Amino acid sequence: MSEQVVILSATALERALKRMAHEIAERNEAAKEVVLVGIQRGGVFLAQRLGALLKEILGQVVPAGSLDVSMHRDDIGTQLAPNVHPTVIPFDVTGKTVVLVDDVLFSGRTTRAALDALNDFGRPQRVQLAVLIDRGHRELPIKADFVGKNVPTSLRERVNVQLKEDGGQDIVTLEKL
Amino acid sequence: MSWKRTHLLDIESLSAEEITTVLDTARAFKAVGERAIKKTPALRGKTVVNLFIEPSTRTRISFELAAMRLSADVINFTAEASSLKKGETLKDTARNLEALNADIIVMRHSASGAPHFLSRVVNAHIVNAGDGAHEHPTQALLDTFTIREKKGRVEGLNVTILGDILYSRVARSNIWALTKLGANVTLCGPSTLVPKVFERMGCRVTYNVDEAIESADVINLLRIQHERQRQTMFPSIGEYTSLFGLNNTRFARTKTDVLIMHPGPINRGVEINSDVADCPRSVILQQVTNGLAVRMAVLFLVSGGQGPQEVG
Repeated sequence: MSEQVVILSATALERALKRMAHEIAERNEAAKEVVLVGIQRGGVFLAQRLGALLKEILGQVVPAGSLDVSMHRDDIGTQLAPNVHPTVIPFDVTGKTVVLVDDVLFSGRTTRAALDALNDFGRPQRVQLAVLIDRGHRELPIKADFVGKNVPTSLRERVNVQLKEDGGQDIVTLEKL
Repeated sequence: MSWKRTHLLDIESLSAEEITTVLDTARAFKAVGERAIKKTPALRGKTVVNLFIEPSTRTRISFELAAMRLSADVINFTAEASSLKKGETLKDTARNLEALNADIIVMRHSASGAPHFLSRVVNAHIVNAGDGAHEHPTQALLDTFTIREKKGRVEGLNVTILGDILYSRVARSNIWALTKLGANVTLCGPSTLVPKVFERMGCRVTYNVDEAIESADVINLLRIQHERQRQTMFPSIGEYTSLFGLNNTRFARTKTDVLIMHPGPINRGVEINSDVADCPRSVILQQVTNGLAVRMAVLFLVSGGQGPQEVG
């Protein structure tokens, strides 16, 4: 077993999400126009949790959908065919503020693909990006609006996000490869 | 679960897990077809060649539309219009297509094993769209997809394949796919067209049509291929219809939730009665819709490279 360091414990993760939810509410005053879209797979559960937290803060339902970006990636042919998960966006995104939610922001290529994929569903008024962990090493001009935790990493490390929805407990670790 | 193959040549060599991966992927692609914008950039910049040495309309159109929905460029190549007529070998034809940077070759051929041969001599990804009497993998995948979609599972279901099975690549691919996923497969039809030797593939053969359809959760009807010298195999089409055709009387004895399937083209009044073909339990047209999704999934999956999956 390689060396692992805990970045976020279950309590710290919950606090980070709460703070992000408050920041989203603060930034978007016309809150009824806000929708959440989680990027498959890790972002989906986080979007649902942020949706529940925002409902407490705002007193109204903030819908959460899920988006699979495998069909919009730029690297098919260089790596194994991805596992494609369902995209479920049961609301119209046109004219809305869409908050894209992902677990880890790394190269930025997933976010780029997500922006493209989102286009197929309509034309949002604006798109914001919320990530639990920003580990740096961007390869594209992409920046998160809401960050749970900034973690400087080396390319020889891996960030593991484990959520209780997958069984087990909430924990984020940094693993040396 | 992950898919590591660069070709789809047959169902026989696939594992149950690989079949399930195709079906799961197809589910995501089916959703694309239900959206306002029915196109994804997944295979943007790739070239798909439909190399159909044996005539086909529905399978070719389905592959063509699948490739277009994935944003690939498509070339259709048929035997009549090709240099094969001028004496060029299949290998040379394929190499010429590859010289045009074809990434995927979808192939239909009258010789069993032709796609396997091609996969050894060219670098393009090969997808078998039917080879002789051997296999028709995407048909079996779309049939299995339809069964799973309608019934929620495949394991434990009684599936009866009724009709002309002897030379049917659809039947062979279906038997492999269904038995691998745990269905109980029964074959039925005239004894000349349904030899007992099929039992070696792990299914049951019976000549009692009433028994074969009564316990079936799914009935997959195969067309009598009368263009393939069927005169010697049974006395007449009329006799086949009266002994094995799915008419109203026989249909009344089936389970109330039975699925009626047919790979098409259907011969109304021969293997299937019009009332049955058009009834709510018939999913024949939904098979066509699902075929598109399954073929998108297959073209997408075989295009994957060999590097590790990247995240972030």
